[in-house]
This record gives sequence, structure tokens and C-alpha cells, in this order.
Amino acid sequence: MNRFARAWDSDVAYSFRHSPVAMVAAIVALTIILSAVLAPWIAPHEPFNPATLNLMDGFTPPGTPNAFTGNTFILGTDDQGRDILSAILYGARISLFVGFAAVVFAMVMGITLGLIAGWRGGWVDSLLMRIADVQMSFPSILIALLIFGVARGFIPQDMREDLAIWVLIVSIGLSDWVPFARVVRGSAMVEKNKEYVQAARVIGVHPTRIVVSHILPNVLGPVLVIATIHLALAIIAEATLSFLGVGVPPTQPSLGTLIRIGQGFLFSGEWWILLFPSVALLALALSVNLLGDWLRDALNPRLR
Amino acid sequence: MGFDFLRSATTRRTTSALVASAALAFALAPASAETIRWARVGDALTLDPHSQNEGPTTAVMHHIYETLVDREVDGTLEPRLATEWSIHPDDPTVWVFKLREGVKFHGGEDLTAEDVVFSVERVRHEASDFKGLHANVVGAEAIDDYTVHIKMDGPSPLYPNNLTNFFIMDKGWSEANDVVAPQNYDAGEEKFSTRNTNGTGPYKLISRDPEVRTVMQHFDGHWDEKPQVTEIIYTPIKEEATRVAALLSGEVDLVQDVPVQDIARLQNTAGINVTTGPENRVIFFAYDMGSDKLISANVDDNPFKKPEVREAMALALDRDAIMKVVMRGQSLPTGVAMPPFVNGWTEELDKYELPDVDKAKALLAEAGYPDGFSVDLNCPNDRYLNDEAICQAYVGMLGRIGINANLVSQSRSLHFPLISNRTTDFYLLGWGVPTFDSSYIFNFLVHTDNGTLGGWNGSRYSNPELDEMMQAIATEVDLEKRNEMIGQIWAQLQADRVLLPVHNQLLAYATREGVKLDVHPENTPKMTDVVFE
Repeated sequence: MNRFARAWDSDVAYSFRHSPVAMVAAIVALTIILSAVLAPWIAPHEPFNPATLNLMDGFTPPGTPNAFTGNTFILGTDDQGRDILSAILYGARISLFVGFAAVVFAMVMGITLGLIAGWRGGWVDSLLMRIADVQMSFPSILIALLIFGVARGFIPQDMREDLAIWVLIVSIGLSDWVPFARVVRGSAMVEKNKEYVQAARVIGVHPTRIVVSHILPNVLGPVLVIATIHLALAIIAEATLSFLGVGVPPTQPSLGTLIRIGQGFLFSGEWWILLFPSVALLALALSVNLLGDWLRDALNPRLR
Repeated sequence: MGFDFLRSATTRRTTSALVASAALAFALAPASAETIRWARVGDALTLDPHSQNEGPTTAVMHHIYETLVDREVDGTLEPRLATEWSIHPDDPTVWVFKLREGVKFHGGEDLTAEDVVFSVERVRHEASDFKGLHANVVGAEAIDDYTVHIKMDGPSPLYPNNLTNFFIMDKGWSEANDVVAPQNYDAGEEKFSTRNTNGTGPYKLISRDPEVRTVMQHFDGHWDEKPQVTEIIYTPIKEEATRVAALLSGEVDLVQDVPVQDIARLQNTAGINVTTGPENRVIFFAYDMGSDKLISANVDDNPFKKPEVREAMALALDRDAIMKVVMRGQSLPTGVAMPPFVNGWTEELDKYELPDVDKAKALLAEAGYPDGFSVDLNCPNDRYLNDEAICQAYVGMLGRIGINANLVSQSRSLHFPLISNRTTDFYLLGWGVPTFDSSYIFNFLVHTDNGTLGGWNGSRYSNPELDEMMQAIATEVDLEKRNEMIGQIWAQLQADRVLLPVHNQLLAYATREGVKLDVHPENTPKMTDVVFE
């Protein structure tokens, strides 16, 4: 039996094949991710190359020719004559990149601190977990806003634009490490008293090696589930920050920035500028979230 | 009450559309017929009356402080704290002002000539943003309690025109609170006068929460007849949709900065009135054409120094497209940085070039930038109608000729210091002309920066010959000759392409039905003019 067939027959794949919700969610998420990654090749226009924009294309309704230029755009254009479809594809790229990077950041930080707390115990554990408790008592978006604001204060004016995305990733990542750390700590405390760990200790394996190559693989399951769910949360956090105008610069709009721009035209009848990016964000966050839910159930033997 | 019925009807009809209004975290007090809840895009930058020469700041100040003379909507000067003014019969360089008697400050002090003399000194202080308007003043002198002589360095027949935004403070109060010098806003200073006031105006300050809410109440000791509006609640609301939603839901009575995209819709909404009119303000781009090197450019010299580059930038600007799409018709494209209200304006100057991308590219190549260059464009995002969108549109137009402009748009409290501190290469600015005369534009925007004049000359333009003429027109008595000189100055400024004008903006005020207020050409509406119907 080759690798693929083995994977196809596994428990997780079986559960996937019998969960229509998971299948639809996977298709939607994959479509969005793929088209975002391939945006430079499949987008009909280059929305962020100012030289290719024509202001007179502005406010073209979806599917109807522009009154001045006669150009037609499937999802219409915004106030600057940018094609909404292309803007969404490029925007989703930024949203996904920030989301993935922030979750990876939070995951690495959470796993490291969680392992240290769980393995060492004692005052190290108390200290780390009290910090986590304090952070848990604030909404994470507030923490992200705080970190973002402080970081911008430190960065010189002329580098802000270039570093904005990285600052955003770090802010969201830092606001989100606690759930990872708590789960990893809990599992690590359970694992460290198991016989295989004690055996490794007895034969004199270095503690770092025990933690990394023996405990870590055994706590990764729940981490994966959290990571998937938190990907959706990170995407929404990025959209929220950009909607509030503190996220990515307007020259590289993410989905949140597009929604913020569209919000200004809510009353004047140009509904498409707001609606399509919102639908894209909704579809992306919902599908990733549903996948996360399914993964949690599939990996939890007690729920089967 | 009649209004309550109207408001609740409006609320019901629009509730479904008003998701955005939920973002209004502040609950506003219910309106009585005497309260006006006034919303606009931004707050006054400070309450120090001599610190910032800036529209929204001045608009708020006019309610708390008063000026010697006032300008009517039609442009004529009217008495305010001064009842009459004339040139001294024996000395053409002295202006004589007779003060109104029985005027009281909010703290109970009487207005006397000493207060005016003090205010003249204060407004001429180095930290004052209005000093350019008083550059020809030598000194002021109190003759008796109600007569002031202001001595000029030469005959200045038009000086009273410079006094429409010159606010009078109480000498004793200023000394007691250590605010004899104005707040230095650009240096980030904060003083007692930043948040506390003591004026003679029709309204006194009750409470102030910067950027959130300012409450003013009618001052019972005011000399003029009692206005219909006895309480003002001023709320800055930056988000366009939220601002409109606040009006639709009845949370505010008057919205001053109506987004251009919402004018048509509001006009068709029952229970809402929209008044439009031209503003005495021109919107333009300016660039540093004086320094040898730019701060943000990727080239080692200063491209803006080259006339070909400036011409290319003018040829890239498609004013008609901005008017049609960005402004939705709510602007008058122009070729001169001067609104039609201003003395010196001609139809000839107002004409503008049509865009020509090929010629612009050729000019850039000729100037030595065949591949263009990149530079930051600084832009406010809460000051003028669609300011950020205008900048974005121009970034696109510049991109087409090869100039890569990086848009940096931020709040006006951060944007304006960039210009005053000369830390921007290329920026958008709007200039209103309260004196209705070209010299106001010359003295602030293009005169060589000498500490008094040229305070807003971010172009770093310097032409000693023109400076001389600009100073000469301040004291030229022969009006015909003066106008000729103004024409000559403009001809040179246009030939040098010192400023790149875009348009004059048209204003729209939206009110709930029953509140009447005409558009003020300087966009500093006075709540004393509000009529409830």
C-alpha cells in the first residue's frame, strides 16, 4: 500500500470523507488560499500599481460598463478605479500571510514557554502561568492594539511603512500565545511522569533532548487544532486592526482595509465596495474555523 | 414636541441601515430647541486663540473669543468689539480703533484698551501662528479706556481685513495664568490656555474633552442680543459613514463636513436639509523647490528644483477626473492657488492645462529622470473634502509618468507640523483666505521665510525681488497700482510653478429639518446665525 492510500484509509481521512461540512469548508478555504497565492497570475488587473489605474474607472458597478470609459469589471471598482476582484485577491494574500505568520509566531512562542513551564515546574511555571493569566484577562485585540501602538512609537517614521506588516504580525502573535502555552504545559506535565520519559532520564538523555524529541511530538496533536482555529482568529484580528486604521498601510490593503474603505460608501449606494471584501473575509474565516472544529473532533477519540 | 416626532420617524426609517452608528460610543444629551449638536470631521487643535491659524480651530474660537471686526457672509467688514475704525487724520500709518463699551469677559473682567494692546503684542509673538497678518505692526497704544492706536511701519489701508481672526484676550487673566505668550503648538507645548478660555464671545466653555466633545453655553453677560442657540455640543466624528449616520439617527443636528458621496442621498432623505455653497479655499500640492536634497527621495539631487519636473507634474494632474470621480462634481478645478473670492483673481489665471502624459514623460527625461524617481507624498486624512482620495488619485497619475510617490496620509494634527517644521518634501494643503486679498497667500505661502512672513512656505521658495513687492503691497495706498503689482507677482509665481493647484472645494452643510444655517464661505459657521424653524 502506498503512502497516499494509507493516508486515505486513516481514521482522520475517514472522518473527513464522512463530513460534508468539512469537505465544503476545505474546498472554500483551498480555493481562497490558492487564488490568493496565485493572485499575480490570475488577477485581471494590478490594483496596487498606481500606474495602471484610471481614475475615471472609479465607482463602476459590478458587471456594467463604466459611464466614461466603457470598461466592465466583474465585481465593480472602488473610488480609485481599482478592480474589486483583483483587490480582494491581493488583499486576501496579505490577510493570509499576516494570519499564518502570526499563528506560527504565537505557536512557537507558546510551545516554547509551555514546554519550559511544564518541564521545569516550580517558580518558573508559576511565573509564566501568572503572566498568562494576566494576559488572558484582557481581550486579545486590546493587547494587539497596545503592542502595535508601543512598537510604532519606537520605530522611526521613515521605516514605519516598511515594517508595518511585521509589527502587525508580532502584535497579533504576542497577543495569542497563551492558549498554546497552556495546552502544551498541561500535556507536558502529564507526559513528563510517564515511563518512557523516566526511562530516558535514567539512561542520561539530556533534558533538552527529552523535551524536544520525546515530549514535543506527543503534545503536537492539540496544538494543531488550536493553530487552525487561531488562524481564523488571527485573520479576523488583522482585519479588525486594519479596519480601525492601525494595521497594514493603505498602499497594501488587506481585506480589513478594503472593508474600511468600503464603509465610507455605505450610504451613497456603492454597496459593492463594502460587500464583496466582507463576503470574502467571512468565507475565509468561516471555512478555516469549520475545518478547525472538524479537526478537533476528528483527533479526539472520545468524541468518535 | 414637534421635533421629537420627526426625529423618531427618521430613526425608525433608517435603523436598519445604521449599523455604523452603533460605533458612536458616546451618548448625546437629548436636544431642546435651544441646543445645537454640531458635528464635523475634526476637533479644534487647541483653544489658545493665537496658536493655530487653522480652519476648524478658528471656527470653534469664534464662539468663545471675539475679534475687533467681523466679516459678513457677503465679504464686508462689520463692527464687533470695535465700533468704528479709521486712519488717524494726522498720521497715515496709525489706525484708530474705538472699542465697544460695556463688554465683559466670561470671568467678569471689563474689556478695555489695555486688553487689546496686550492681544496685539501676544499675536505678534514668535510662537503665534497669526504673526504674518501683523507683520507691518510697529506697536499698539491705549489712548484711553476705549481707544487704541495701532502704529504701522507704513500706510496700511487694508489692515482691518487682517483682523477678522484676531481674538482679544484679557490681560489680567493671561498674566495670572502664565499664558502671556501663545502656546507653541509645533513644538508640542501645552499651556493653561490650551484647555481653558476667557473670552468675550457669545458662548462660554463649559467642558472640553479633546477629540470627543466640547460643550459651550450662552454667556449671559454678552453685549449682543441673545441668539436662538443657547447651548452648543460640538462632537468631532472622523469616520464619514458614522458622521452621516449620526445625523440620520438624530444624534446630531448639524453636520458640517458632509462627505461628497452622501450629498445626493441626504438631499433625497426626508427630514434632512442640505445647503451647498463655494468655500473661499483652494486645495493644492506643494513641493520643496529650495533644498539641495530631499528627505525621502531616491535621488541625490532635488528634482523639484528643475522647472521641467514641475511642468511634468502639472501635466500629470488630471483635474477634471478628480472633480468628476473623487469630488462628484463638488469642486471647481483651477489653475491658480487662489479662490475666486480673492482680490487678484482673474479668469486668465484660473485656466488650467489639460493632462498630457507623453509630454510629461518627455520633460522628465529631459530633466535627467528618464526612469522617474520616488518621493513621499504627505497628505492629511481628516481636513479637506476627500483629501486622502485626492492624494491617492494623484499618486496614480504620477505613477503613469514614472514618478513613484509613496502616500503617507495621517491626521491633520500630525500633518500640519510637517509643513511648519519643513520636514516634508511634497504635500497637500488647502488655503482659505480670510482677508479676501492675495497678500494673505503671498505672506504665508510664498514669501521667503524670515521668521514673521513665510510661515507656511513649505515650498522653500525664495525670490528677493518678489519679496520686496509683497512687502510693498502692504503699504501701497494707490489701489490700482497695488492691483497691478499683485498681478505681476502672480505672473511670476505661475511661471515658476510654485504651487500646484487642484481645485476650490464646494461646501455642504446638512441639518435636520427645522435647523437653518447658510454655508459660510470661510467654513467658520457661527451658531449665533442658526435659526430654528
